[in-house]
Amino acid sequence: MGILKYIFPMQPLASVEGRDIDTLMYLIHGLILVLFVGWAVYFIVVLIKFRKSNNPKVQRTSSASKISTMVEWGVAALEFLLLFAFSIPFWAVHVASKPEYKNVLEIRVVAQQFAWNVHYAGPDGKFGRASAKFLDDNPLGLDPDDPDGKDDITTMNQIYVPVNKTILISLTSKDVVHSLGIPAMRVKQDVIPGMSTTVWFTPIKKGQFEIVCSQLCGLGHYRMRGIVNVVSQMDFDRWIQEQKGNHD
Amino acid sequence: MSISKKPSHDASFVQKYVFSTDHKIIGIQYGLTSLFFLLFGFGLMMIMRWQLAYPGHALPVMGTIFGENNMPGGIMLPEFYNQLGAMHGTIMVFLGVVPLGFGGFGNYLIPLQIGAKDMAFPRLNLLSYWIFFAAGGLMLASFFLPGGPTGNGWTSYPPLSDLAHDGQSIWLVGMFLIIISSLFSSINFIVTIFQLRAPGMTFERLPFFIWAQLVTAFLLLLAFPPLEGAAFMQLMDRLLGTSFFLPSGLDVSGQVLTNISGGGNALLWQHLFWFLGHPEVYVIILPALGIVTEIIANNTRKPISGFNYMRYSVIFLGFLSFIVWSHHMYLTGMGTNVTAFFQTTTMLVSIPSVIIISGLFITLWGGSIRFNSPMLFALAFLPMFGFGGLTGLPLGLATTDIPLHDTYYVIGHFHYVVAPGVIFAIFGGIYYWFPKATGRKMNETLGRLHFWPTLICMNLVFFPMLIQGIAGVNRRLYDGGESYLFMHDVLYWNVIISWAVWVMAVAQIPFIFNFFWSIFQGEKVTSDNPWEATTLEWAAPTPPPHGNFTKKITVYRGPYEYSLEGASKDYSPQFEKDI
Ligand code: HEM
Ligand SMILES: [Cu+2]
Ligand SMILES: [Cu+2]
Repeated sequence: MGILKYIFPMQPLASVEGRDIDTLMYLIHGLILVLFVGWAVYFIVVLIKFRKSNNPKVQRTSSASKISTMVEWGVAALEFLLLFAFSIPFWAVHVASKPEYKNVLEIRVVAQQFAWNVHYAGPDGKFGRASAKFLDDNPLGLDPDDPDGKDDITTMNQIYVPVNKTILISLTSKDVVHSLGIPAMRVKQDVIPGMSTTVWFTPIKKGQFEIVCSQLCGLGHYRMRGIVNVVSQMDFDRWIQEQKGNHD
Repeated sequence: MSISKKPSHDASFVQKYVFSTDHKIIGIQYGLTSLFFLLFGFGLMMIMRWQLAYPGHALPVMGTIFGENNMPGGIMLPEFYNQLGAMHGTIMVFLGVVPLGFGGFGNYLIPLQIGAKDMAFPRLNLLSYWIFFAAGGLMLASFFLPGGPTGNGWTSYPPLSDLAHDGQSIWLVGMFLIIISSLFSSINFIVTIFQLRAPGMTFERLPFFIWAQLVTAFLLLLAFPPLEGAAFMQLMDRLLGTSFFLPSGLDVSGQVLTNISGGGNALLWQHLFWFLGHPEVYVIILPALGIVTEIIANNTRKPISGFNYMRYSVIFLGFLSFIVWSHHMYLTGMGTNVTAFFQTTTMLVSIPSVIIISGLFITLWGGSIRFNSPMLFALAFLPMFGFGGLTGLPLGLATTDIPLHDTYYVIGHFHYVVAPGVIFAIFGGIYYWFPKATGRKMNETLGRLHFWPTLICMNLVFFPMLIQGIAGVNRRLYDGGESYLFMHDVLYWNVIISWAVWVMAVAQIPFIFNFFWSIFQGEKVTSDNPWEATTLEWAAPTPPPHGNFTKKITVYRGPYEYSLEGASKDYSPQFEKDI
């Protein structure tokens, strides 16, 4: 198993939903391995057995093609099994729809060259209005007169979330296409200006997990890094209070 | 009917070798130009690999020649890295591999293999090459713009590309020309294959290479126009103030863009680009499959197994390649139905692909395999291309695409297809048809000296990329991943990969030397058919004159009649009546 760390070094999983992705990663790469090794063995045997010096006279009939037809159908069947049993249902439940649970923390992230602006609704659970008019005053364009926005919290490149709670992130971009990738959570979602997309996950480990921008967004693309800080619910509540304090 | 007067003696050098309408000269022009671009694109990568292996260190020896704007003190700037990457991709795909497989091999071989004197529209062919040449020149010239060439990836996603400096406009014009040139070629190829076949050359008797080129031509004809339109729209966005791809309210570097009309859609470009982009992959692959099939039949001395299935598969593949494009865009926010559709078509594509590869694998069984240089490259193509195909499966399933999208896994996957895959097929094709074009064989020892190190290096370059990708290392990172702690465990590979790239460059010296040396000094062939092959190009004189054949060509049988029962020799050419 040790060697797997070197040839299949997936990031340690830190979310509930990622488990299914990992299962499928292992299954499909297992299939690749079996097929490739099978082909390779056949290939080597053939190259030795049928080199001109070993086989000066061609044999035109062979049974190899029957076996190969069976293999082809078998492979196709497996591919479609993985597709219909794993991939499509996963997408329907975890990517294309919102989480079903009530207990969800919603966060907004606004991407820009080359930073992630994070926006929390604050204790009132309501996001303040944003508008391009106010972009000169604050990076999110929050309207200072909107009462819903009074207790909102904003950070840059640092997302704080409580462990074991489902986090729903709404994504928008101010300028170009970015992509929010959090490898440990097994999520990645393009952020396209003019569109609003979402991504969600339930962290199961405390710690710091890196956010990687995953679409070329300009010269600073390589350093458009953020951190997801997963903390206990208590620490999270305390953090919210502190931030609110800063606000007032 | 005796064909072809010799080109009249007053045909000047320029007419004969520069603005020639002879498909063979044009093929060779395409071939040499695109080989130059391949080397150039590879050179860009060699420089990038220094930055990836030793981020922030000054490039030794040639560090200063790129100027203070790009590499102050020999240290690469991120802008320059992005430009090299975008130009590597563009040049390799549009000016290297495709013009080599389609323009080079297609032009040279199609009329010969179907028994025609030339292409249907020789002057259109001439035009097509020179437009391509101009496009190449334009792309190269963009390196000398004050702001440098485009740096937005070969995919040029807006808004980034809409808002970028002038290099992007040149890229768009260059693409525009490349597309026009390809459209001319594809029309020419299609008409030639339909209209100019020699008597007896029915569709059933066409070699696989011709089938592959025919499907390729249709793909280019049908898939390129949307990108032509899209390139034009992006150019208008940039120059005329339209906003096809720019939504309202963009705020770039703290400035709300007030000078654009807005209301556009950034995602639209991605659809139009990939509507070409995916068929383009098959435009890259199919000529290579054609080349490999010819070489394998010849060097196993066997008919191709399941040739019929392979033919249908390549047509089916052509159709399917039009309805898989969105698998490049799973993470743009697609719903379940759309991804389900594109995942299904993507899995379906694997079936004809596997049939073709299996056909070639099975042909080997029972053969009497000759290991010459063309065959070595053709054989290595099979597992390498196969592996590239297999690593496409996790990317084709939307769920596993989530962790892998935009990582080095993607780079590893498609490079297995295009580099030790397609490029190997092309090398094999050069070694194989060299005697027909020059009357001399390339040297076998040098061929081996080229083959083995290249094969080993290819794997040392691209296999580790798959590992890095699984660890989550993203592509298009100027510092190779240094900025991210979680990537550090796999960054040691960067040094190994880079050194393998540089060693691989050295391994191309035997090839380049062999190529030029053999033109003048290679072993002379004593027959027009030195490989004892079956297809029509071997009936032409060596090298074939303008007009190709000196005797009347009639076709009597299918393309791969090797080792026929009761035949006098182990090959029965299409052009010989008696077996
Ligand atoms: C054998 C030599 C080659 C090597 C060592 C090589 C290496 C690379 C590497 C390391 C990248 C990733 C750069 C980055 O993401 O920052 C890359 C990108 C790419 N390569 Fe190659 N490559 C080779 C040949 C080819 C060939 C033959 C083709 C095309 C048929 C090709 C097409 C591309 C494309 C389209 C990209 C993406 C560029 C982008 O990010 O927009 N490469 N290559
Ligand atoms: Cu970004
Ligand atoms: Cu980015």
